[in-house]
This record gives sequence, structure tokens and C-alpha cells, in this order.
Amino acid sequence: MKSAARKILGYQLRDIARNRWVIAYAIVLAILTEALFRLGGAGAGDRVVLSLLNVVLIIVPLVALTFGILYLYNAREFIELLLAQPVGRKAMFAGLWGGVALPLAGALLVGVGIPFLFRVGSGPLAAGALFILLGTGVLLTTVFTALAFLIGLSFEDRTAGFGVAMVVWLFCAVVYDGLVLLTVAIFNDYPLETPLLVLTMLNPLDLGRILLLLRLDTAALLGYTGAVFQRFLGTTLGQGMALGALVTWVAVPLALGVRRFGRRDF
Amino acid sequence: MKAPELVVDATGVAKRFGRLDVLRGVDLSVPAGRITGLVGPNAAGKSTLIKSLLGLVRPDAGRLLVLGQPVNGDERYRSRLGYMPQAARFPENLTGNEILAMVTDLRGAAKPTDRDLIEGFNLEPELDKPIRTLSGGTRQKLSATLAFLFEPELLILDEPTAGLDPVASCTFKEKLLAAREGGASALLASHTLSELEELADDVVFLLDGRVRFHGTIPRLMQLTGFARLERAIASLMQRGVA
Repeated sequence: MKSAARKILGYQLRDIARNRWVIAYAIVLAILTEALFRLGGAGAGDRVVLSLLNVVLIIVPLVALTFGILYLYNAREFIELLLAQPVGRKAMFAGLWGGVALPLAGALLVGVGIPFLFRVGSGPLAAGALFILLGTGVLLTTVFTALAFLIGLSFEDRTAGFGVAMVVWLFCAVVYDGLVLLTVAIFNDYPLETPLLVLTMLNPLDLGRILLLLRLDTAALLGYTGAVFQRFLGTTLGQGMALGALVTWVAVPLALGVRRFGRRDF
Repeated sequence: MKAPELVVDATGVAKRFGRLDVLRGVDLSVPAGRITGLVGPNAAGKSTLIKSLLGLVRPDAGRLLVLGQPVNGDERYRSRLGYMPQAARFPENLTGNEILAMVTDLRGAAKPTDRDLIEGFNLEPELDKPIRTLSGGTRQKLSATLAFLFEPELLILDEPTAGLDPVASCTFKEKLLAAREGGASALLASHTLSELEELADDVVFLLDGRVRFHGTIPRLMQLTGFARLERAIASLMQRGVA
């Protein structure tokens, strides 16, 4: 007997996998990756991953937030129809969210993965770095679709909800780093390694970036701070904390979203 | 399970959205085996009442039983309901057949037990097409089909014929009357009073979040002194209380 959540998820996947925006997202990622390979030449795996890193850190959260929130608002009547069936709200939420997060994560894996697959056997591919890049991308997709659902459920007004989603994205992608730099500039007389580590953990985008940069030789560019990160994240404690921080970023918005979804009026 | 005598049993059901008192203590007992029309001006609380019955809206106060079961977050009673919303929207990339399969699946049923409306509406050739290619009327037909698909004990219909053409509308009305003959009950929200005159055994008149009248149509006409339902309702709206 399949659970109601899995039933909903199954039909959601069929719907969203045929969504032209999701298909377009996969195609754009594939073209971009392919283009980076052609520019870099054979054996450019490392450089391609590094260039893709910035794409993933900017585009993935933006797409996840936008698509997640628009989907939730557009599916409003359909959600009501499903909730009028003998389905519990938790199952419904799980099915809906999974139905958005999984196709987006799938599009990322397919779009970025296929150009790499074509080059298997023709030089070093930086498989380890690629693995972390894709893992980070998938985690960011889950984090930001969960945030999108939480925002969408909290704001009845579409314009307000969409605005808040954009502010969240802007904050995580741009403003936060500015604030971190400002902090460094103001307190540069003090030892900042530990505060910086904490600040990095607090932003899923920064955490993903550091995790990946440390895998690549570019970590040397981070200088002394890079060495501190390398030392800390190289330890079991550091890796555990990094993973814990990312899992918290997934779990907290989801838990809040489930709670809101369970209590709200439709 | 023994059929309950009351399909809806509400006492003092109240709901407020922010500063807006939408339901101000609804007392309502809808007997089984009848078609009960739900009328009232816009913003009288009809939709909120319907959504409360479906568990979509949680009342702030009062007691609400549907088919003898308290509406308290347990979803099982909804397998005995059929619901047709005012405007149905389905996932754009799924086909009609996939939506039928989905609802069947969610109800834990092997297959639909009542496909009358698929035939009645001649819906079969449309069911393999993605929803985004279907007209509004066809979507509405699909929505009506879904409501009747599992021979529900209680049908909750919100402006069901609003998007249907006259032929489909006739088919729908015949189906509703046949369902009542089969022992089903229905709650029918409508602004089309001629339709209620044709279908409803009783009318419930809702105004400012309270039930102002509940009785048979002849009783309402007798009370207001008008021989047409439209006039009778209009006079209720003007006077406020029956």
C-alpha cells in the first residue's frame, strides 16, 4: 500500500517533468556546461566546475525560489481540490514539495551531468569536485524550494510573497557577503577566524562555496583564511558541522512549512 | 456504517479572517436524502461554510459534524464526500485520465464506480489530452465527473452549472436528481435561482454569516408572499431576516 504522499508525488512528477520551464532549465544548464568545456578545451574539468560554481550558487537558488513560489500560488485551486479528498495535510505537503524539488534537482543533474558524461575517458574530469558541485546544487535546491513553500504559505498576496522571495535570494546571494566583508573590514585588528567560520555556516550559499573551493586548488587563493577553513573543515568535527548546518537549512524551513500548511485555511 | 440522519450538523460555527467576521454562529441541520440549496448575497459566508465542511477552513468556534463525523483533521470522512469547486484547476500537463487515476488512487479505490457523467458529457475523447488544451467548459465537466465518481453520500457543489453549456447543464441536473433517488444528499450553492427551484428540496439562506432561513421552497414563498423564488430571496435580502 503506497502512502498518500507517494501517490501525490508520483502524479506531481509526471506533471512537472513535462513542465516546459523545468525542461528549459535543464537545457540551459547543459548548453552552459558544454560551452564552458569548449572554451576550456579537453581536460578542463577543474576549471569548468569552478565556473559552474558561480552559476550554481546564483541560478539554482533563484530558480528554486521562483519556480517553487509560482508553482504553489498557481496550484492553489488544485491543492484545495486534493485536500477535499481523503488525504492528510502532511502527506499532501510532502507530495507537493517533493514534486517541485525532485524535478528541479533532476534537471540540474541532467543538465550539468550530460556534458561531463560525454567526456568520460578524455582527460581528467575532476569527478570529486563535480560530485561536490552537484551535491551542493541538490542541497541548495531542497533548501530554497522549502523556503519558497514557507514564504508562499505565509503570504496570501502573491506580489508580497514573490517580493519576499526575491529579497531572501538577494540577501543570501549578494547582501550577506557584503556584510561579512564589512565585518572583516571593521574588526580587522582582531582574530576573525572563528567568527568567519560561524558566519559562513549561517549562509547555505557561502557554505556550499567554501566546501567546493576547498576541493579545488583555488583554495590557495583564499590565503590564510583558506588555510583556517581547510584545517577546520578537514576535521571530522568540521565536516560534521558543515553537514549539520546544511541539513538544518533544509529541515527548519520544511518543519515550519509543514506546520503552516497543517494549520492554515484554504 | 449506518447512514446518519443529518448530513450536516452545525452548532454555533464561527470563523473570522483578520477583522472580518465571516461566519457568526451558523446553526444548521441538513437532513439526509435531500438536495439543499445554499443561497445568499456575495460575502454572506457561503464559500467559507462549504470550505469548513470540507476541512479546508478551520472554524474558530462551534461544533461541526459532517455525515455524523466531527470535522477535526481526520481525513477519512472525506472519502464519503464528492466536491465540485466553483472553478476547477488541474495540473496543466496531466491528462484527464491521469487526473481520474490520481483521485481514484488517493481514495484507495481500485476503479471509479460511477462513470455515468463521462458518457453523459461525451468526455471520453477528451480524456487523453493534456488539461492545458481543454476548454473551460470541458474542465468543468471533468470536475463534475470527479464529484460523482465514487457514489458519495454527500455531494458538495459550488456553482456547479456556472461554466456548463445548456446541454451539459441538463445532463448534470439529471445526474444530481438520479443520485438523490439513489439515496445521496447534496448541498448546492447557487446564484441561479431557477436552478434551485428546479432541483432543491430545501433552501438555506445565509446572510452576514448566519442562517436566516432554512425550509422548503413553498414555505419560503408562503412566508414572503412571493410566488417566485427570485422575488422571495430578494425580499429576504432586503428584510435581512425571515
